[in-house]
Amino acid sequence: MKRILVVGASAAGLAAVETLRREGYEETITLVGDEPHPPYDRPPLSKQILAGQWEPDRLALRSVADLYALGLDLRLGATASGLDLAGRTLLLADGTQLPYDGLIVATGVRPRRLPGEGAHVLRTFTDALALRERLGPGRRLAVVGAGFLGAEAAAVARGMGAEVTLLEPAPVPLAHAVGEKVGRVLSGAHLDHGVDLRTGVTVAEATGDGVRLADGELIEADEVLVAIGSLPNTEWLADSGLETTDGLVCDEYCAAAPDVYAAGDVARWHNPLFGVPMRIEHRTNAAEQGMAAARNLLHPQARKPFAPVPYFWSDQYDMKIQAYGYLRGHDEAAVVDGDLGERRFVAAYRTGDRLSGALAVGMPPKAIHRWRQAIAARTSWSEAVRSG
Amino acid sequence: MRVEVDEPKCIAAGQCVLSAPEVFDQRDEDGIVVLLIEEPGAELHAAVKDAAVLCPAAAIRLVGE
Repeated sequence: MKRILVVGASAAGLAAVETLRREGYEETITLVGDEPHPPYDRPPLSKQILAGQWEPDRLALRSVADLYALGLDLRLGATASGLDLAGRTLLLADGTQLPYDGLIVATGVRPRRLPGEGAHVLRTFTDALALRERLGPGRRLAVVGAGFLGAEAAAVARGMGAEVTLLEPAPVPLAHAVGEKVGRVLSGAHLDHGVDLRTGVTVAEATGDGVRLADGELIEADEVLVAIGSLPNTEWLADSGLETTDGLVCDEYCAAAPDVYAAGDVARWHNPLFGVPMRIEHRTNAAEQGMAAARNLLHPQARKPFAPVPYFWSDQYDMKIQAYGYLRGHDEAAVVDGDLGERRFVAAYRTGDRLSGALAVGMPPKAIHRWRQAIAARTSWSEAVRSG
Repeated sequence: MRVEVDEPKCIAAGQCVLSAPEVFDQRDEDGIVVLLIEEPGAELHAAVKDAAVLCPAAAIRLVGE
């Protein structure tokens, strides 16, 4: 291969280019990113950056010197607009055509938005700074969506003295992700910290002076943050012949076509460990999958299925939440250590007859390591809970 | 190769321990990284490089690769 193109210059794309170099690939690597910034980290945006605890320069994933040492053809502020799969050529929005022998797609996701004007989203560095400068004591913030992003932002805003209304369509926030019992515990922390949590409400639009609910009620706010999930950035692949159904569809090797791989938030691949297709928007998966995609692209005779145990963490108030596995669609959740009421516990998750996940709140991080191992070992539920 | 860890950046994910348990550990109480070997031998380099790429907080830096 004379030229490898990596489209997307965030965590997954960076892991891919670093892995290519480490594996001895010395030809041209072009890294295309649509943001003007060199690769930076996103999880702190809703945490330390929003809270003003970190200066923005701490977000850089690599120093300028380390980035330079990779010897990349780095094209920032460049947006992919089309792909000629048969001709192995990427088209950029400015008309540039980039031929390739191998391609890794890591174009990520973008926030879903509400109808109307004036609402914030929180995905990029620019988004975070724009929201940060509008928060402060007495400011009224309405957060639409009580998922992990919305919950983190609500917690930070309370810490800055803002009045926060958290609006969630589900009866229990995060129930679809972590189960009802755990969802109640996590949302209880917001109530304790003075957040006005309203569940079972549907927001119709941002109005400029707040949000309007589907039933017509106006919730007044100085600022509105919309955190209602993301959409994979696959429109540029629409005419490519590749399958894009909630992400770029890949096999267990993260391959979407011969010599075309995907990694990170945009990739929907078949995870053989769980036996289902999944698309994971977690920071750790971006790096792991970028690494795996790069290796499989470079070594077609020695490809390995990508079969990780997903991991995510969230910081809200003094709560550290960590989870391993694939909790979505679980059949049962059981507290296996600690106490829900004290917000200090480990919950295990069952899908079918298997242990599929574990989530810890307020526990030493090592406390769930053995649960991760049990998930990776495809442990049955009865065995996992018996030995737990 | 010398390993540097940026402790204040560490978020206690433990990815480094999973990649290179000979080189990294975590404090029991809060999971923050503990560097066991500052200059790991050549046989550990591949695992340490994995850890540096995978660290979700970009808190591991390798000097003199």
